[in-house]
Amino acid sequence: MGFKNLPMTTVKPTENKESLFSEKVRAEIDTWVAKYPEGWQQSAVMAALRIVQDDNAGYLTQELMDQVAAYLDMPPIAVYEVATFYSMYEHKKVGKHKVCVCTNVSCMINGSDKIVDHMEKKLGIKLGEVTEDGKYSLKEVECLGACGGAPMFQIGTKYYENLTPELVDSILDGLE
Amino acid sequence: MSEDQTITIEIDGKAIQAAPGQMLIEVTDAAGIDIPRFCYHKKLSVSANCRMCLVEVERAPKPLPACATPVNDGMKVFTRSPIALAAQKGTMEFLLINHPLDCPICDQGGECELQDISMGYGSDISRFVEGKRIVKDKDIGPLITTDLTRCIHCTRCVRFGAEIAGIRELGATGRGEHMTIGTYIEKSVDSELSGNIIDVCPVGSLTSKPSQFKARAWEMLQRDTIAPHDSVGSNIHVHVRRNELIRVHPKDNESINECWISDRDRFSYEGVYSDDRLTTPMIKSNGEWRNASWDEALAMVVTGLKNAGADIGALLSPNATVEELYLAQKLIKSLGSERIDSRLRQGDFRGEAPSYPWLGQSIESLEKVDAALLVGSSIRKEQPMLAHRLRKAALEGAQISFINPLELDLNYAAQQLVTTPAGMITELACVAKAAGANGDLIDQAEVTEVHKLLAEKLKGAANGALLLGNLATAHADYSIIRSLATAIATACDLKLGYLPEASNSIGAHLVGAVASTGNDAQAMLETACKGYLLMGIEPGLDLWNPAKAANAFEQADFVVALTAFRSANLEAAADVLLPMALFVETSGSFVNAEGTLQSFAGVITPSGNTRPAWKILRVLGNLLEVPGFDYVDTTEVLAEITQATSALVPNNAVSNQVASTEVRTAKNGLQRIGDVPIYALDPLVRHARSLQKTHDAIPAGVYLNAEEAGKLGVTEGDNTVVVQDQVRIQLPLFIDPNVPNGCARIPAALAGVEQLGAQFGEVTLEKV
Ligand code: SF4
Ligand code: FES
Ligand code: FES
Repeated sequence: MGFKNLPMTTVKPTENKESLFSEKVRAEIDTWVAKYPEGWQQSAVMAALRIVQDDNAGYLTQELMDQVAAYLDMPPIAVYEVATFYSMYEHKKVGKHKVCVCTNVSCMINGSDKIVDHMEKKLGIKLGEVTEDGKYSLKEVECLGACGGAPMFQIGTKYYENLTPELVDSILDGLE
Repeated sequence: MSEDQTITIEIDGKAIQAAPGQMLIEVTDAAGIDIPRFCYHKKLSVSANCRMCLVEVERAPKPLPACATPVNDGMKVFTRSPIALAAQKGTMEFLLINHPLDCPICDQGGECELQDISMGYGSDISRFVEGKRIVKDKDIGPLITTDLTRCIHCTRCVRFGAEIAGIRELGATGRGEHMTIGTYIEKSVDSELSGNIIDVCPVGSLTSKPSQFKARAWEMLQRDTIAPHDSVGSNIHVHVRRNELIRVHPKDNESINECWISDRDRFSYEGVYSDDRLTTPMIKSNGEWRNASWDEALAMVVTGLKNAGADIGALLSPNATVEELYLAQKLIKSLGSERIDSRLRQGDFRGEAPSYPWLGQSIESLEKVDAALLVGSSIRKEQPMLAHRLRKAALEGAQISFINPLELDLNYAAQQLVTTPAGMITELACVAKAAGANGDLIDQAEVTEVHKLLAEKLKGAANGALLLGNLATAHADYSIIRSLATAIATACDLKLGYLPEASNSIGAHLVGAVASTGNDAQAMLETACKGYLLMGIEPGLDLWNPAKAANAFEQADFVVALTAFRSANLEAAADVLLPMALFVETSGSFVNAEGTLQSFAGVITPSGNTRPAWKILRVLGNLLEVPGFDYVDTTEVLAEITQATSALVPNNAVSNQVASTEVRTAKNGLQRIGDVPIYALDPLVRHARSLQKTHDAIPAGVYLNAEEAGKLGVTEGDNTVVVQDQVRIQLPLFIDPNVPNGCARIPAALAGVEQLGAQFGEVTLEKV
C-alpha cells in the first residue's frame, strides 16, 4: 500500500471543479489528465502547474498550487513538492521576459560571467531580480544542454547562443 | 514461482532459506544479520534513498541496496566484504556532510540510529571542510519539535503520513541541498497518530516537544505498561528518570498495536503532573473544603457508607483496572447494594444486553474483513489503532460503510450515511429490511436503492463485520440500535462487535462492575440514592446526563469520590475526596476490546499522599469489616478474579428481538449530538497539557452546519444560549459542515458543558 502503487489522491474528491481556473485552463489540463489511466489524474500535475503558471504571468502562488491540488484531488503538500523540486516553476513574480542564463561549466569557461555582469549593469538588477518596469528578469540556470553554443541563455522557448555583450544588447533591446 | 516455495541463498558464507520475492534486508533481519539502514522500515514502503544498506552481491557490478534487492535462488551476498564496507563507509561520510554533529545537545543522542551506525560503519574523520547547510526549524504543532538541520532525508516521516496515518501532511520540498522536510506552509501536523514520526525518524530531527531537553537517553529507565485510554490496550514503554515520567514509546505487539501508538496514548502522561492533581485527602465541612489526614477522611467515608447502607450507588470509571473495579463492586455488594455501573456514557439500558460484549473478533483480524458496517462510530478518534486496522482492510478493497449522526473525516474511501439520531434508527431498519430481516420497526421501513446496495454488499461479504461505536452506545435508543444491528448481523451473516470506549470497558463486565437494568448508571441517578461512591470520574464530564447527576448528588446525604484530580464540578458534588493514583502509579490489569487481559506493574511511586485505588478500597473493606479483604497485592486480587470468572467468555449474543419499539428520540426539533472528542475521553487525557493545545482539542460550543445556522440567524463566533431540559447555558457557535440538518453537535466532556443534560436529546437554541 505504498505510495508507489496507489495514487496519492485525497479521500474526498473536490466538488464543483468548475469554480477552479478559467474554462480554457481547465480544458488544457484535461487534455493532460486524459493521457493517464482513470484515477491517476495526479500524473498530470507537472503539466497542470506549467499551464497554470503560464496563465499567471509566469509564476505560481500558494493559492494556485492549492487549486491545482484541488483540481487533481491531491493533498496540497504533494503539489508543493513537485512545484519546488523543478526549477522552472517560479514562486515569485518574474519579468515579462525571463532571461535564463546558463552559468554551468561550459558556459562559465566561455565567459558567462561577463555576460551576467553585462546584463546586470544594463538592466540595473541582480540575478534573481525583476526590473522595475517588470519587463525583464534574470535567472541563473544550470546547463541547458546547449554547450556547443556556450555561453547561452534562454528567453521564453528560444535559445540564444554564442553570446557577446553586443549580441545581448541587440537581443534584449529587440524584445517588445 | 509459487508463494510457498523456499529458496536458498548464501549470506556471508551461511546458507539461509528465504521466500522468493522477499527483499534481502527482510531475510537478513530474520536471520539476525545486521545491515545498517536509515530509510528502510518494515512497515513502510521501500524507498531505497539513503543507500546505507549497500552490500556486495556476487556477479553484480556494484554494491546493491539490501532493502530493494529481491532475493534469488543461489544468490551469494557479502555484507562485510571490503566492497560492502567501503560502500557503507562512503555512504556514511556523505550522510554526515550536512549533518550538524550536535549530538551533545540533541535529544536523540544516545539512542540515535545515525550515531550508532556512524560508530559501527563510519569513519572517524570527515574530509568535508566546506560550510554545512542549516535549515530553519518549523513549528508543526505542540507535540513534535523539529530540528531539520539534522535531517538525513530518509523520508520515513513522509511515508508514515501517506501510508500509515493516511494523510499527507509532511513532504519533502525543494531539491538537492535545498530539500527540506516540512509542511511547506505554516501548518501543524494534526494526525491522531502523528507522534509515531518521532519514533520512525532515525535521527534527532523530529523529537517529542513535551519532553524536549528533559533527560538524556541513558539516564532513563524503561518500564512497560498498558495505555489507559481506549479499548485497544496498546503496549507501551514508559521512560522514567528518577521517578519522573519523561516520555512514552510504543512497545511492539503485532497483534495489538503493531509498532505504533496513538498520540493520546503517547502524550497523556503529562496529565500526571497537572496542577489539578489532588495530593491529599479533603473533606467538606460547612461547605468549605479543607485538607484532612487519611484517617480522618476514611473515618468519614466509613460513616457515610454505613449510613447509606444498601441505598448506595457506585459510578466507576471504565478506565479503572480490573482489580479496582472488582474490589469496588465487592465492597458495594457487601453493603447490600447492586447499584454498580461503569457504563457511564450509555444512553439506554432497556432490553437484554450481551453478558460480556466485545469486538467479536481479534484486533488483528479486523484488517482482514472484506465489508464492515459501523454504526455510531467515529472510530478514527475513538479507537485510533482499530481505525488503522480497518483502513488497512479498506485499502485492500474492503467496503466500509458508516451510519452516523456526524460526517467523519476519514483517511480512506467509505460510504457514509449521515443522518439525525432518529434517522439512524430508520436507516438501520431499512438496511435490516433490505437484508431480509423482520421485526416491528423493520417491517414499516421504506427501503431505497441505497439500502438495497448496502445490504447486498454486506450479504456478499465472506468475512463481514458490524461494529457498534461510542455514538451508538450514547444514543438515547441504544437498545433499539443494538437489536436492529443484531438483526442485520444475523441476516447478513456478519460478526457483530462492539468498539468499547475505555481501556477496561470490557473488564468491567468480567468483574461484575456493570449492573442489571434498574440498577444501572442511569437508574441510580434517576431516583437519587442516599449515598454515592465515585471512582476516577468527573461527574460533569464523564456521565451521560450531568444535569441529572448533579441533582442526584445534591439530594444524596453523602458522596465520596476517589479521584486523581480536583475540579469545581466534583467538589460541588462530593463530601469527601480521596486522592487516587493514576495509571503509571499503580499495578493492575485491563481487558481490551478483543478480550485480552493484560497486567502491568506500577512505574513510578504515587505523587504526594495519593494511594492506588485498590489500596483505598482494601482499607475501606477492612474498616467496614468485610470478610476477604486482606489482599497483599493486585496479583492476589487478580487470582481471585480469575478463579471466579474462569467460565466467562466474551459473548455478544442477545435475543434478536427489538426489545422495545418505543423510540424515544424525537424525529423533529433540534437534536443534540454529544460526542466525546478524542482528547476529552477521561480525566487523565483532559489534563494532558500538550494534547489540549492540538487541533483535535476542540472548544466547547454549538457546532451547526451553515444551513441550520442560517435558519437561526447566527454565524460563527456568535454566542448562543443552549436550552436542554430547562438547563440554560451559553456557548459559542461554530460552523461545522460535518453536522447533518436538524442536529446541533454539542460535544460532551468539555469544560463548559458540565451543567448540560444528556449527550443525546432535544435542545433549543436562542440567539443572544
Ligand atoms: S525528519 Fe527524520 S524521518 Fe523525516 S526525512 Fe528527516 S531524518 Fe527521515
Ligand atoms: S553549460 Fe551552459 S548550456 Fe551546458
Ligand atoms: S535502507 Fe536501503 S537504501 Fe536506505
